[in-house]
Amino acid sequence: MRERQMRADMATSPNTTISASTGTTTDRSTRSRHGALGTSALRPDGLPKAQGRFAFSSDAWADNMLWGATLRSPHPYARIVRIDTSGALAINGVSAVVTADDVPGKLTYGLIASDQPVFARDYVRYAGEPVAAVAADHPETARRALEAIVVDYEVLTPLTDAEAAIDLTRAAIHPDGNVIRRQRIVRGDQHLVGEIVVEGTYEIGMQDQAFLGLEAALALPDDDGHGVELFVATQWLHEDQKQIAACLNLDPSRVRLTLGGVGGAFGGREDISLQVHCCLLALVTKRPIKMQYGREESFYGHIHRHPATIFMRHHADRDGTLRRVESRLVLDGGAYASTSSAVLINAVTHVQGPYRCENATVDGYAVRTNNPPCGAMRGFGVVQACFAHESQMDKLAAACGLSPVDIRLKNAMRTGDKLITGQVVESVAPVERCIRETAALPMPEALAVAPDPLEIPGGSGLTAQRANIRRGVGWGVSIKNLMYSEGFDDYATARCHLANGVATLQFATAEVGQGFVVLAQQIARSVLGVDTVLLEPISTDIGSAGSTSASRQTWMSGGAVDGACRLVRERLFAAVAGQHGLDPLRLAIDGTDVVDTLGSLRISVTDASRGLSFDETFEHHHRKTEELDENGQGNCHVAFAFVAHRAVVDVDPELGLVKVVQVATAQDVGRVLNPLAAIGQIEGGIAQGLGLAVMEEIVLRDGKMRNPSFTDYLLPTALDAPDVIATMIEEPEPQAPLGAKGIGEPPCISVTPAIVAAIRAATGRELPRTPVRPYDIVFGP
Amino acid sequence: MSNEFYRLRVNGVDHEIRDAWTGESLLYVLRERLGLPGTKGACEQGECGSCTVIMDGEAVCSCLVMAATAVDADIVTVEGLANDGEPTDVQQSFVNAGGVQCGFCTPGLIVAVHHLLDRNPTPTDLEVKEAISGNICRCTGYGRIFEAVRQVRDARAADAS
Amino acid sequence: MSITNATTVDEALAALRANPLARLIQGGTDLMVEVNLNRTKIEDVVSLRRVAELRRWHVDEESNTLRLGAGVPYAEMERAPLCDYVPALAEAARTVGSPQIRAAGSLGGNLGTCSPAGDGLPVVSALDAVVHLRSHDGSRDVSVHDFMIGVKRNARHTDELIVAVTVPLVTGFQGYAKVGTRNAMVISAASACLVHDAAAGAVRLALGAVAPTVVRTRAAEAWLASETSLIGTPSVSEALAKEFGARAAAECSPIDDHRSTAAYRRHAISVLAQRLLLRAAAGAAVHHGGNR
Repeated sequence: MRERQMRADMATSPNTTISASTGTTTDRSTRSRHGALGTSALRPDGLPKAQGRFAFSSDAWADNMLWGATLRSPHPYARIVRIDTSGALAINGVSAVVTADDVPGKLTYGLIASDQPVFARDYVRYAGEPVAAVAADHPETARRALEAIVVDYEVLTPLTDAEAAIDLTRAAIHPDGNVIRRQRIVRGDQHLVGEIVVEGTYEIGMQDQAFLGLEAALALPDDDGHGVELFVATQWLHEDQKQIAACLNLDPSRVRLTLGGVGGAFGGREDISLQVHCCLLALVTKRPIKMQYGREESFYGHIHRHPATIFMRHHADRDGTLRRVESRLVLDGGAYASTSSAVLINAVTHVQGPYRCENATVDGYAVRTNNPPCGAMRGFGVVQACFAHESQMDKLAAACGLSPVDIRLKNAMRTGDKLITGQVVESVAPVERCIRETAALPMPEALAVAPDPLEIPGGSGLTAQRANIRRGVGWGVSIKNLMYSEGFDDYATARCHLANGVATLQFATAEVGQGFVVLAQQIARSVLGVDTVLLEPISTDIGSAGSTSASRQTWMSGGAVDGACRLVRERLFAAVAGQHGLDPLRLAIDGTDVVDTLGSLRISVTDASRGLSFDETFEHHHRKTEELDENGQGNCHVAFAFVAHRAVVDVDPELGLVKVVQVATAQDVGRVLNPLAAIGQIEGGIAQGLGLAVMEEIVLRDGKMRNPSFTDYLLPTALDAPDVIATMIEEPEPQAPLGAKGIGEPPCISVTPAIVAAIRAATGRELPRTPVRPYDIVFGP
Repeated sequence: MSNEFYRLRVNGVDHEIRDAWTGESLLYVLRERLGLPGTKGACEQGECGSCTVIMDGEAVCSCLVMAATAVDADIVTVEGLANDGEPTDVQQSFVNAGGVQCGFCTPGLIVAVHHLLDRNPTPTDLEVKEAISGNICRCTGYGRIFEAVRQVRDARAADAS
Repeated sequence: MSITNATTVDEALAALRANPLARLIQGGTDLMVEVNLNRTKIEDVVSLRRVAELRRWHVDEESNTLRLGAGVPYAEMERAPLCDYVPALAEAARTVGSPQIRAAGSLGGNLGTCSPAGDGLPVVSALDAVVHLRSHDGSRDVSVHDFMIGVKRNARHTDELIVAVTVPLVTGFQGYAKVGTRNAMVISAASACLVHDAAAGAVRLALGAVAPTVVRTRAAEAWLASETSLIGTPSVSEALAKEFGARAAAECSPIDDHRSTAAYRRHAISVLAQRLLLRAAAGAAVHHGGNR
């Protein structure tokens, strides 16, 4: 039944074809009725967003509010000699100017290490680091106030070479040192040399999340000056709350956060940006403060994806069986630690890719430089490792005389295999199926004899004709961990209230566009048999849901909502059973009714809950994980998901211009909870991976960003989007509360190496670096 | 700041804009002075299309219109596309087809698509793509958006015949 | 601070005369970016949006020329009937920014800003266009080559308005090509316009984004004329076209920047010049602007 529903949903879409591969039995206790799990239920915020009625954090407004703005360092590394704010304070319309001296609590913050100053005090360590903030009556006044602040800098020579940062004899640019973390993996035979050996050094450039909804917040101070309310677009309300409270010396209970509408995140909102500044100005001025970033400031104001240099050497038998992998990774974390430590662990533990390998020698560094700080971005370290290991697998294929598909099939991981950390992969691991089902998807048609210019590289630039074009095909396969790792208990909380046939859910899960709000409703409909599911505002009024990242919310917040609804259902059944003298274990939900499975009683959920009120809160925890030991051994991850991508590209090799024609993919999703939402994640992730393959990169020179704008940081447009055909492989994950794995990250991971591999096939170029530039294709290597 | 005022006609309603700074963009005035926050700003440079409005029948980036020069222009924002608070067929189709995720690009796209279909009721797939090539979406990868436009185009064609 | 929403050229000129530092704004696609990004402080503004005269164009059949008002938006150049008169201009117009930008941007704006990457500029250069300027005291006509002086520098006096551009209507192939990393909303790394004046027997090639101003490759043009007859459809071998491309590339002086490298830009020019010449030789059907 599920299969038919999905095909019907997708029948009108020639651009994207979906098929469902169901592996095992469906959950018989709930039919997939309209709006329940397994259907393409429409999201409740969809119409408001389409009509322009939905309130993003930048749409918040309060009477008597002032505008806040931030002064940032122009230098990547400098000592602050003196800050003179008097000129700004003298401007008519300026209410306050704050610096590090005005921070009442902890002077630093950070997701893992608290190493990042609220405002720079003695040193600035990256170009764009906040030095001061102002509050004024108009954004233009605030801008002029910033210009009037005088900062004397003693400019220092920035450390911009990540490799140089490893040298421990070199002066540290931060009290915590220049090496944020080092992690080795040592497993098995450290001296094995394969019959076939291939190696390469790969580079991944700095990608930006470039979420459209620019940073924005509205802070409202409490009358007594000891609390603040903040409307903000963020990924983890409680983590923000914790950090704000510490920096402002407030009790966390007095820092109340409500999620303002979020215009995308992709990891870029996991770190604090304007939160503390906005709240501080509100407390100082005793007035509401609105802060919002423009696009240029946004580039300076959030962390980016770690650029990386990765050496890999793969050893294999003559028949292509992978025997040992060596790797040295250097991730440039920029000026402050953010989540570099965790990104590194992800990168090193995913070095082998979704392949069996018993012997590993890995050495990974996350280092500090005066480059812009880096942290979470969709894929979180695995993007970088995957680009390297998939490039290697193609080299291995060539050296062994195997096709790119066959080398991967030969080594494909299965449930029960081990990572190079020694952890047994207990998750469903249909790697072989991912590859085979991707290969089974139809190839695109050949280029027409006289193609429309928009269909070939160069587009309306009219650079090429058909004879100039070469087509190439490339592959990428990846493994991605789900949820947080290394012993972190990233639980999620949810509350369910049922009365008179209406369910109300409450959670702090940040909806950033991924669609948790509709999934939550679907869960309640399926578990409780209600149609109407209301959602409370997303705020810190309830316990933490953890971060919207790591492909974790379906599993964790979905599990919390599911748990809370099941508790309510138990209570409902107890009430009905009590009323009718039945054993509650006989009762079940059928459609919108409570039924006696062994008798004839059928009563609507509305009637059954009339006049009654059930309220339950549930915390969902995943199983415990461990830290890695000094050899990188340990069960540090919770679970894994897998995906394969095949990319077809057309290239104009003489000019180095590329058009990605088609991406085919089969993704291991466990269970499809909402087909429309799922394909949205897949297509969206593929677009981001395409961006990293051919156009997205923050260009740095001497620590300064040269392209902090959409003019020069290029995002894929509608004319860059490939045709996407996708198969969702459903082998329900026993560990997952709904059988469904997270699906947000896998789509953007192996598509990048697949596209680059396709360009290599079309051009014969080695292309060890992504994004691939036209001059890389023209001049090589 | 100037003490003079100028008039703008937005969604059929005349507004007097007072005490404004000369350099304010139409986007700023719509959002911060006229209580019409449906139009969004994501780049301030005309590179993303989130701020698209219709001005004198053309789809333009409101962040690049100096508000005080838009006098005597007929301006339509996303809030003004429907008369009665009900969603337009384009808006409903975006939701039905899964073309809305975070929603930040959505108002600009809705306006651009209305503009496209008003002047070209039967665009080819390529014409659709080119018409919305100035509207960046970071969430969807455009697949469901193409589908939404197709559905409206085909439904309108069916109604017409 | 003041805004003059001029409705006639005379009104705009009077405002400019009264306030020579006033900023001119037409579509806003250049000036408002500067304002939004706080790169320029504006005091007085003269808006040309409502000056109807600047949006008109007409064909003079006697002189066989097209006179294009400085405010005609690129979107109109893409469409019929205007696109049929100067196909290369329609092609260039189609590559300007996005549809929203094309609805506002104009040739007058491109000439006023005078960036070497301005999309319409290689076309007017290859067509030997004439720029019409007017001031309160009179008017003057300037060859487009004399008008474009350097990076964002032109020959307009502060009390002058660019009112129109005149281009000849030429028989023979004309084509535009532009290289950028993305398939839409492209900032050009290199661009080129080639006009084959079949009647006069000349090929003219202008390059964008590879020098402080648009470059006319006069040496390459002269060399080509000496190598093959250019009256009617020229006969051009692959080798000849390749040599033409190399010579054209030698006449530009591109830079390294965050968008691209000098070496790539020079290479791209050689390829574009070569391909455009081969299209001219093939009597290639012209790609028009897409939105009719």
